[in-house]
Amino acid sequence: MHSDTVVSLPEAIERYVEDGATVALEGFSHLIPFAAGHEIIRQGISGLTFCRLTPDLLSDMMIAADCVDRLVCSFFASGSAGSLYEVRRRIESADPRPLAVEEYSHHAMTLRYHAGAARLPFAPIGSFVGSDIPGINPDIRSVVDPYSGKKTYVVPPLNPDVTIIHAQRADRNGNVQIWGITGTQQEAVYAADHVIVTVEEIVDDEVVRSDPNRTLIPAHAVDAVCEVRTGAHPSYVQGSYDRDNAFYREWTAISKDPARLQEWLDVHVRGARDHAEYLESIGHDRLRGLLVDPRPSGVVDYGRRMQPSEGSLK
Amino acid sequence: MSTASAKDFTETELIVCAAAKMLARSRTVFAGVGLPTLAVDLAHRTVNPSIQLIYESGVAGAHPESMAEGIADSVVVSGAEAVVSMHALFGYVLQGGNVDVGFLGAAQVDRFGSLNTTVIGDWESPKVRLPGSGGAADIMANAGEVFVVLRRHDPAAFPAELDFVTSASPVRAAEQPDFIQPRGFGVSTVITPLGILRRRERLGELELSEVHPGVTVEQVQEATGWDLAVAEDVTQTQAPTAEEVRLLRDEIDTVRLYLR
Repeated sequence: MHSDTVVSLPEAIERYVEDGATVALEGFSHLIPFAAGHEIIRQGISGLTFCRLTPDLLSDMMIAADCVDRLVCSFFASGSAGSLYEVRRRIESADPRPLAVEEYSHHAMTLRYHAGAARLPFAPIGSFVGSDIPGINPDIRSVVDPYSGKKTYVVPPLNPDVTIIHAQRADRNGNVQIWGITGTQQEAVYAADHVIVTVEEIVDDEVVRSDPNRTLIPAHAVDAVCEVRTGAHPSYVQGSYDRDNAFYREWTAISKDPARLQEWLDVHVRGARDHAEYLESIGHDRLRGLLVDPRPSGVVDYGRRMQPSEGSLK
Repeated sequence: MSTASAKDFTETELIVCAAAKMLARSRTVFAGVGLPTLAVDLAHRTVNPSIQLIYESGVAGAHPESMAEGIADSVVVSGAEAVVSMHALFGYVLQGGNVDVGFLGAAQVDRFGSLNTTVIGDWESPKVRLPGSGGAADIMANAGEVFVVLRRHDPAAFPAELDFVTSASPVRAAEQPDFIQPRGFGVSTVITPLGILRRRERLGELELSEVHPGVTVEQVQEATGWDLAVAEDVTQTQAPTAEEVRLLRDEIDTVRLYLR
């Protein structure tokens, strides 16, 4: 089976992410695969088409490190925390060089992954009638609905060469369990040719199989599983650690000043050999401050067929 | 609960309280971060205890124990009634017609309630690149009605013509009659620091409906980039009650994340 599914993060990136590839790094505020993005920066991979609903800090970092030529996305901001100045410099003044942008809405992006995952030719969407967005994105087109005779906008499938996500846990075969906000990870994974999943923890098969409904991504869809603890920092992992909101706020000032941004990348990403050294550079006191109190789910009972010896047959 | 007016309140508190009152009869509301978060929380504690809060991150029926710093914050998940995928949220919940009210912000609003959240200047060579649609174009097309909350009211924010139409009003959508038309009413209410504008008909335009205490009708018209229609029965916006201000300051936004 997938005997070589469990690999180190550097090995997974080296194996599957090539210069010029189309790469999706998904996770909607929750479970953002920062460690994987940082490893792409360390390996100096360039010319990527970078797909992500919300290009947030991770995109600012990867674009500043010159990994990205083209952005496919639906929202350019860092939540409530502020602007992404590297993205803005590239778009507003082509500084230091232009960045191609392919722009959608959130629903359109999820439908692109959905069509990609289901290998459909396109997906119809109810949005965009009257909007200027189709005018600046020639890939948002229209077809005549064969049933009503009226037109509808459609979006093309998005099939990344590689999709990368972060999750709470997986078994050694690559069955991935996620709870909390699941965003568009399932669609983005099934849409891709190759899939890398970083997880907080690799667990025994029995742990996964005690709760099969929690498996969002079955092993057949996964090429590489890498155990990377705190691999979503500065974003969060439901039940493990909270978002480093202070870092998100600090980023505005870092990203505003190109020299300071490069210096940050030099110290924390390019200057760190791996994710463990990145965490070292962030500081363990700071990371401990992000831990959360437990709030476990109730236990559900999947049941099992009654065993004859224990039953009432005799 | 005390209904006496607060002795002092900020512009933000006035806006949030006005928005909360309008949510009295809504079943489901799709909220973003910022002032809408406060308005929905306040409505939940005052005029509408059964209102269901839906976030574009996939959370339905959020019951955050502390102030959410984002629409996908861990506190909106813990204790929530449901979490679904974004495909289900945007497809079945929103486009399927289960959202009564959507809250949107904007850099620019036009007379029919089309919104620009994409760019100031030209898209090809922007003066200011704004965040873009996110879920806004989807919410405009599909929410039963849309409330817009703006922190400024001047001709730049209310221009005769938008620099870019991110989220189109039904009036603008109707210019493409060969397309299946969006189900939503579009913007029904715009709350600004000067007053409240309303659209009463699906293909109608915004008109001034309420002015805030101390603001005149002429002031609002001068601050608007088109010839703003004025309702026959313009009233003064109800000032926040002391209890509403207390809830906002002492229970909802104790860290002053959005109140300022």
